[in-house]
Amino acid sequence: MQQFIHGLAEENRYQATHLLRILRAVQSRYHYIPGVAIEQLAEELKIPRTQIIGVVEFYSFLHLTPRGEYELLISDSITDHMLGQKSLIGYLSNKLNVAVGEVRKDGLVSLDTTSCTGMCDQGPAGLVNGYALTHLDRAVIDQIADLINQKKPLVEWPVKFFQVDDNIHKSSLLLNLQIEPGSALRSALAKGVQETLAEVDKAGLRGRGGAGFRTAMKWKFCSEEADSERYVVCNADEGEPGTFKDRVLLNSYAHQVFEGMTVCAAIIGAKQGYLYLRGEYLHLYEKLQGVLNQLRQAGLLGINILGTGLDFDIEICLGAGAYICGEESALIESLEGKCGIPRNRPPYPVSQGYLGKPTVVNNVETFVAAAGIAVNGGDWFANVGTEKSKGTKILSISGDCTRPGIYEYPFGTSIRTILNDCGASDVLGVQVGGPSGTFISAQELDRKLAFEDLATGGSFIVFNNSRNILDIVHNFTHFFAHESCGFCTPCRVGTSLLKKQLDKIVEGHGSAGDVVALEELCRLIKDHSHCGLGQTASNPVLTTLERYPDVYQDKLKKISYEPGFDLDGALETARRMAKRNDAGAHLAQIDCMDGEDGAMQGVVAEGEQHE
Amino acid sequence: MSKTITIDGQAIPFEDGQTIMEAATAAGVYIPHLCHHPEFTPHGSCKLCNVNVNGRNCSACTFPALEGQEIMNNTKELNDDRRKITQMLFVEGNHLCPGCEKTGNCQLQGVAYHLNMLDNHFPHFYAKREVDASHPDVLIDHNRCIFCTLCVRASQQKDGKDVFAISGRGINKHLIVNAETGQLKDTDLEASDRAAHICPTGAILIKRTGFAIPIGERLYDHKQIDQVSLEQEHVDHDR
Repeated sequence: MQQFIHGLAEENRYQATHLLRILRAVQSRYHYIPGVAIEQLAEELKIPRTQIIGVVEFYSFLHLTPRGEYELLISDSITDHMLGQKSLIGYLSNKLNVAVGEVRKDGLVSLDTTSCTGMCDQGPAGLVNGYALTHLDRAVIDQIADLINQKKPLVEWPVKFFQVDDNIHKSSLLLNLQIEPGSALRSALAKGVQETLAEVDKAGLRGRGGAGFRTAMKWKFCSEEADSERYVVCNADEGEPGTFKDRVLLNSYAHQVFEGMTVCAAIIGAKQGYLYLRGEYLHLYEKLQGVLNQLRQAGLLGINILGTGLDFDIEICLGAGAYICGEESALIESLEGKCGIPRNRPPYPVSQGYLGKPTVVNNVETFVAAAGIAVNGGDWFANVGTEKSKGTKILSISGDCTRPGIYEYPFGTSIRTILNDCGASDVLGVQVGGPSGTFISAQELDRKLAFEDLATGGSFIVFNNSRNILDIVHNFTHFFAHESCGFCTPCRVGTSLLKKQLDKIVEGHGSAGDVVALEELCRLIKDHSHCGLGQTASNPVLTTLERYPDVYQDKLKKISYEPGFDLDGALETARRMAKRNDAGAHLAQIDCMDGEDGAMQGVVAEGEQHE
Repeated sequence: MSKTITIDGQAIPFEDGQTIMEAATAAGVYIPHLCHHPEFTPHGSCKLCNVNVNGRNCSACTFPALEGQEIMNNTKELNDDRRKITQMLFVEGNHLCPGCEKTGNCQLQGVAYHLNMLDNHFPHFYAKREVDASHPDVLIDHNRCIFCTLCVRASQQKDGKDVFAISGRGINKHLIVNAETGQLKDTDLEASDRAAHICPTGAILIKRTGFAIPIGERLYDHKQIDQVSLEQEHVDHDR
């Protein structure tokens, strides 16, 4: 092990900024990060061991205790649940004889759930040792169990288990974009970088991650910074449940992405770029490295690009299971090999980003659009869409529809049109923009896809009338509590309290006042959290509470006080110890008492009878 | 003429580069806080110092003072929210003031008094947390840690060491120490280190000194935290 760790440290030039990639390699080799590895790395990278432990405990895909040689993770996305994830994981657990969250005694296999893996159009999905599994069903699971028990290496597993399809159903400006490698860059350099920036401005391009900041303005601010060492970062950490369009862009439009980054680099004067790829997309890593190599060979990346004196190259960094890293300053922290904790702003990344240097962070789709604008000009883009939202938006559509997949629409398209196209019927509502976005009801289908109406980073989940609103909200609320980085009090404690408070209501232990308390907690988290995660973590509750107050009220008991837990269930340990299970050892949950005192008296009275 | 911001209608002068907290403290205006300490780089995590700047909530300890800012600080709405954020800290850990040797000198308790916190409001987490009594002179009671990182910063910035760090994610955050064994006795912490004295709660305590000053004669037994804070931190800011 010592040699392996030393090799890794050397390969990474003893750079602490490479800690995450080093730890990924250790996890992949040993299925955990052994204490001795931490000690050795602390010494070789000259960083405190606490920094390494901190990083290991922050990212979901790194562990201080051993996981199985086959590490199986099943996606917990609502879309996977709608496709029967729950019964499937139960079947898998039985078949492999390992409980969810555990490692089998022989150490061969471990099983757990994981946040959305970005395969919502081809789920139920999962990961085995980091590689995406799609279309899981019982037949596939039977085979997987056999392959694991026979200790077959992944390369000998059927290729179809790992097949990831693009599923592009509707193309417009960007997905129809067929540009020759180098043409965006040639055209930008021929036009001049300032003129190209003016075209991006004219195009009205706004960030495609959802927030919608004007791209040209971001690039201009960065280029005007005094510090001449600058960076371009592509945010491919698409962790918003229900989003998978970047997966498709990186699979089939990678050179446009990289070329968009290079155009940006030429404009802002950057020499180095990074693609921050979410760990769940490990399957794309080799392919993307291949594309980068082709671009280098074609003289489109590296030293003296196209003989113009422009130097720029791109490195790919993999995440390790943390939704928060999609937040740009958390992403930068992660790129620096640290925990993905959002920074205080100001300063903003455009002035102090990666390594404290001016940095542009943009979404994958934004760079594709920029490449297109460099070739076709600003009007090509600006002529499509609405006044405030120019161009098109690529949607990842999943859930209750016959044709889940990728759809590109001009901004201003109505939700109804989109639902017709993807084959949705009997619609209950749509989650636009993922859990951090908005739940709209069937009464709102004439609303439009646009920054000024329904903004989205690309997630579009359809629910039909067989679905239960509270199941959806429950899934989303648990997701945020799991993904909170824990930096600030309102989000760290608040999202966990929100989870408890919602569970109390959903499980039928809520009473009058509990919905008010729920709403109050939502507001507190939204108003006081440090970053976008906390500020949107209440959205699933707030947007559904606004539209379906009765769904929540109907769950409440008709009394004014209800214990927040199952009274009888809480006695289970006592019953086991006393070896009793007669009627007297059980407590009825009081259903119809008047007020708090009544309920308390009821409990005491029943308890006393059997003393 | 010097530049000014407005806090609750009062004009407050500031210098370029000052945070809202720094300008307020210098002018004798108290903004509740726990993770902020004038000697260390601001952290911005406890969110008690959230003030409303031109309609938007910002952490006063990290946000720069800028000309034209209309700031709301001592309002009922903000103090109600601050009380709830304090209550969150109380239910997250296990804070039993009557049995804690820091009582009366505890900033968490002092802020709670100041904000008129009379109950915990939220359900308790009853987190299972350890006590590390391994060090001969210093004790860590993890039950009382609020992840303010003051010990982390003090160790790095004043002591030139790296004794403490915060590890884990979300509600599983916890304080760790820099030793292969994970025990405080195996770190290079000394009782004279700044980091051993900076904890705003009773999570890091110097052994055998807890009751040198009797309960009832302690800092916040007789003074409100706003007064103490302004007296102590005003001096620090002026340095």
